[in-house]
Amino acid sequence: MSGNKEEEDPRINGIKTRIRVVPDFPKKGIMFQDITTVLLDPKAFKDTIDLFVERYRNKNISVVAGIEARGFLFGPPIALAIGAKFVPLRKPKKLPGETIFEEYELEYGNDRLEMHVGAVEAGDRALVVDDLIATGGTLCAAIKLLERVGAEVVECACVIELPELQGRQRLKGKPLCMLVEYR
Amino acid sequence: MQSIVSSHHLCFAPPPPPPVLGHRLICHSLPSIRLPSHRSPTSLRLFSCAAESEMAAAAKEDGQDLRIPKIASSIRVIPDFPKPGIMFQDITTLLLDTEAFKDTIDIFVERYKGKGISVVAGVEARGFIFGPPIALAIGAKFVPMRKPKKLPGKVISEEYSLEYGTDKIEMHVGAVEPGERAIIIDDLIATGGTLAAAIRLLERVGVKIVECACVIELPELNGREKLGEAPLFILVTSDAA
Repeated sequence: MSGNKEEEDPRINGIKTRIRVVPDFPKKGIMFQDITTVLLDPKAFKDTIDLFVERYRNKNISVVAGIEARGFLFGPPIALAIGAKFVPLRKPKKLPGETIFEEYELEYGNDRLEMHVGAVEAGDRALVVDDLIATGGTLCAAIKLLERVGAEVVECACVIELPELQGRQRLKGKPLCMLVEYR
Repeated sequence: MQSIVSSHHLCFAPPPPPPVLGHRLICHSLPSIRLPSHRSPTSLRLFSCAAESEMAAAAKEDGQDLRIPKIASSIRVIPDFPKPGIMFQDITTLLLDTEAFKDTIDIFVERYKGKGISVVAGVEARGFIFGPPIALAIGAKFVPMRKPKKLPGKVISEEYSLEYGTDKIEMHVGAVEPGERAIIIDDLIATGGTLAAAIRLLERVGVKIVECACVIELPELNGREKLGEAPLFILVTSDAA
């Protein structure tokens, strides 16, 4: 995992071949990385989760934070397997209780990521999960939210990285674990 | 409602279930699931002693699953969200309780494992939290049903009514095949509009809906009626307001 090509786990190729690339979505020029085809293959989906679980199970992670909506597909199975709480990080106005938010930049304008007050406590050791890291803006907002309440972000975990967008540099020094690169 | 599942391990009178603020517990006999037609035509009672895991058997008293009160009490009710008069059932607190979340998934997995279910369809976004763990445990594919324009590639869509206006859910073309057996998962059933649309989408491509499964039902909103022949399985009921 995570760029160490010589020792690539044999399961990774199976996952990679299941990712479908959809050109010009959501707009022209973007090669969209569609992970729904991974979810259609029970073995590939299981392998994806297993790879992350093997990495994190003995690291005393108490929180898995998943970014809406595709982080919700991968975060909960990991959380369940390692005995951590799952915390959804959501677009504005979805979470019903008291929330805190972080803003982040889009190509045009800003958006916000929200988290419930009280979901995460000071001293919690957290993982942030999303299907893909592109510019890193959303993950950075997630890290900030967690750190504001005193959690320690141990690592960010994504199935796919788009390394040319250099998202890895925007993670406030936190490490990134990914399974598949797309160039 | 009393369960009629036999519990041969019982040797003492069970305590009454703990009162749960705002929630009533489902303690009824679970309707059995029809197996695919190549098996025996008589439907099997799901919680037969042979089929149960040891843990599940030990957790029952007088047929009532003791995990359910704990799940119910982990759900937070938020008044007046998203608007005045609505008592919102917040499952995020269930997700913070590692035992309650695990138990929730285990109950669904025990029900659906080994029943020839090849598709778990989950409705965006909270269906994405419960569906994949179930799919992984029973060896089925997970199919996300999404709001418009989220899924890349070719989709089919189904409209459904809202209080004011309509909305759509979408599914990828080719995600499922005719003849597959599916369950549909969401965190909660209210009016049943979204679930009914999900059922129509899957049936349009020849999939058989074995059951709809939700953590919570708001029975006063009669969502069950919209599901046609598809059975509904839930863990917890709650008053809508």
